[in-house]
Amino acid sequence: MDAILLQILNGLDKGGAYALIALGLTLVFGTLGVVNFAHGALFMLGAFCAVTFQKIMTFSKQVKDESITFFDAYKEIPYLEIWFGETGTMLIDWVVPLSILLAIPVMLLIGLIMERGLIQYFYKRSHAEQILVTFGLAIVIQEIIKSFFGANPIPTPAPEIVAGSANIGALFGLSDSVVYPYWRLIYLAFAFVVIGAVFAFLQFTTFGMVVRAGMADRETVSLLGINVERRFTIVFGIAAVVAGLAGVMYTPILPPDYHIGMDFLVLSFVVVVVGGMGSLAGAVAAGFLLGILQSFASMNEIKAIFPGIDQIIIYLVAVVILLTRPRGLLGRKGVMED
Amino acid sequence: MSIKVSQPNGWTRRSVLKTGLGTAAMAGAPMFFVRNAHAFTNDPSNGSSVILGFNVPQTGAYADEGADELRAYQLAVKHLNGEGDGGMMNTMKPSSLKGNGILGKKVEYVTGDTQTKSDAARASAKRMIEKDGAIMITGGSSSGVAVAVQSLCQEAGVVFMAGLTHSNDTTGKDKRKYGFRHFFNAYMSGAALGPVLEKEFGNDRQAYHLTADYTWGWTQEESIKNTTEGLGWKTNAAVRTPLGAGDFSQYITPVLNSGADVLILNHYGKDMINSLTQSVQFGLRDKQVNDKDFKIVVPLFSRLMAQGAGENIKGIFGTTNWNWSLTDEGSQAFVKSFGAEYGFPPSQAAHTCYVQTLLYANAIEVAGTFNPCGVIEALEGFKFDGMGNGATEYRAEDHQCFKDVLVVRGNENPSSQFDLLEVVQQVPRSQVEYDAAIFGGELGACA
Repeated sequence: MDAILLQILNGLDKGGAYALIALGLTLVFGTLGVVNFAHGALFMLGAFCAVTFQKIMTFSKQVKDESITFFDAYKEIPYLEIWFGETGTMLIDWVVPLSILLAIPVMLLIGLIMERGLIQYFYKRSHAEQILVTFGLAIVIQEIIKSFFGANPIPTPAPEIVAGSANIGALFGLSDSVVYPYWRLIYLAFAFVVIGAVFAFLQFTTFGMVVRAGMADRETVSLLGINVERRFTIVFGIAAVVAGLAGVMYTPILPPDYHIGMDFLVLSFVVVVVGGMGSLAGAVAAGFLLGILQSFASMNEIKAIFPGIDQIIIYLVAVVILLTRPRGLLGRKGVMED
Repeated sequence: MSIKVSQPNGWTRRSVLKTGLGTAAMAGAPMFFVRNAHAFTNDPSNGSSVILGFNVPQTGAYADEGADELRAYQLAVKHLNGEGDGGMMNTMKPSSLKGNGILGKKVEYVTGDTQTKSDAARASAKRMIEKDGAIMITGGSSSGVAVAVQSLCQEAGVVFMAGLTHSNDTTGKDKRKYGFRHFFNAYMSGAALGPVLEKEFGNDRQAYHLTADYTWGWTQEESIKNTTEGLGWKTNAAVRTPLGAGDFSQYITPVLNSGADVLILNHYGKDMINSLTQSVQFGLRDKQVNDKDFKIVVPLFSRLMAQGAGENIKGIFGTTNWNWSLTDEGSQAFVKSFGAEYGFPPSQAAHTCYVQTLLYANAIEVAGTFNPCGVIEALEGFKFDGMGNGATEYRAEDHQCFKDVLVVRGNENPSSQFDLLEVVQQVPRSQVEYDAAIFGGELGACA
């Protein structure tokens, strides 16, 4: 029971990241009809918003390290600590959550520039051309980040207060071995909040209603005199913000490097395909489902029967789903079937 | 009608020509083969410089080690060319190095990025040999890469001085005549670590292994298992994880209720930083299992990893090839030189790469030729001192260096920002030696 609960938590935690990226991908595909292979790069750019903010907050003065006598060594003391003492230390400690404030406008701007500057010219092109151009864009963004930040992952820790783990077992009357890191629980809650906010935005606002109508029948909505394109541009920006926030919050779990977006992109595309192209609910459901399956496949009892299954389970499920239900779990009829 | 002109002795003009050409060909043939026997790949004898190929991971899971290796190589080149303070060239005994390059030729270098991938590493080594004219390839940080490049160098007839590679296979079943390793191996880690683990954790323990799924991980897991099972420990599970997995949570959660009370992380570089950090995040270090404190062991440790893992490293045992805090004359000379150049002390990866470059250059000076067969002969069985770790020998049978091994522990009270590993014991060479035959393999011949 303990092991199962742990793997469910682990799966939900992984699934949260998959779902957040897949949600943005589906949103862009459902509105603009664009298969955006640069979406992983947006996740990575979000993570690097946190890295950049950390660099700004820890801008340091070099002081000679007197404990080293063999050669001249210097240690760095952040100016924030010099100027504000403990308050400065606390601000640096909370750099990841605070990065969200930076990431929202930056990612929105990046999304709008990307859509207006490049993506809009490929609306009427084939999906193959869209994939090629967005994949190329992703590589360009990756290389830019690599040239500025290097190739190595950059540690961006969570605040000290949530660095440990929560005793989940005690809450549910189970054994003490059911513990889970606070930050991963926070990430899971964060994923639910963001997903809920996106759905609420689309469901309960006039803007969202127009977007949904545009997704269902773009031509009719345009004939009613509504500028659908402008709204879809904003949707692209929102998708970029969602991917960026997912990236920011993931940095304490996995120190980001320039390639982190590409690592997630492939898995997220599988999630979108399994969930059903263009289906928001399908993307979220498939994200969590595949995350949980991947976790269970990593259990030693399962691997004893099927060695290496943890490495291929997601792709195996995708193959089975596509063979039995080609439009995905919750996909609409006619989407990508021509 | 044709007229046949015969000589009085029966020879025709045609038969004279045929015999003459045949004789000339036979006489010429041995000379042709002899000339080739003396030629070798990228012979620099007619040039003014000699090119070394530094093939290190500049990206991927071992990029930190790779960056430090490259720094050490660059420092070694400076010292060989007579620049800087000379570093370990002043302490190496015996030494034929003069500080005027190698055999009077200026040392130059080219670099490649292995990307911690065997195919990329082979491609960059091939490029350095075929296009850049490198006479020696060196580098490492992944045993999979080292084994692949070593094999390529054997085919190309170029010496390979392995950098950081810890798998038993490198100088075991995959050893090659052209390949040499100064770094220690997984067997030596197990042999050095065993007595310390017994003293610190006792004989009644259950170990859970998380192992990087490639040659180094496999051999380290095997060596450490042999050691711990020899102590009376039980192996609860040994789980393979993909290299560069990043998020290890799905492999760590089963440890929580497995009944194991020791987690052995057969990971290195960023994999180790991530798996150790995540293990601590999952509360493993604060756990009590089987009425004992849960323990984490990292058999192959380095200061760079300790730096990446931060506070999580404190109190954790492992082994290392070398540490900058050693007080012998050679280590101090190297630390001083490296620190003055870069502002921080060298890692064990940097140390082994620096030493390998100097050893190769010295072997050429001893042999008096760049011919790899002469260099190999000079390196085989070479005994030296003054390079850290005490008296050291390049064993001729498998081209493995034998020297003291350090058992270390993450420092609880560091005295400086670099004082992250505390040397618990300098295990003598005699305790980690083994019969070269146990890992099999054939060196092959120098062609």
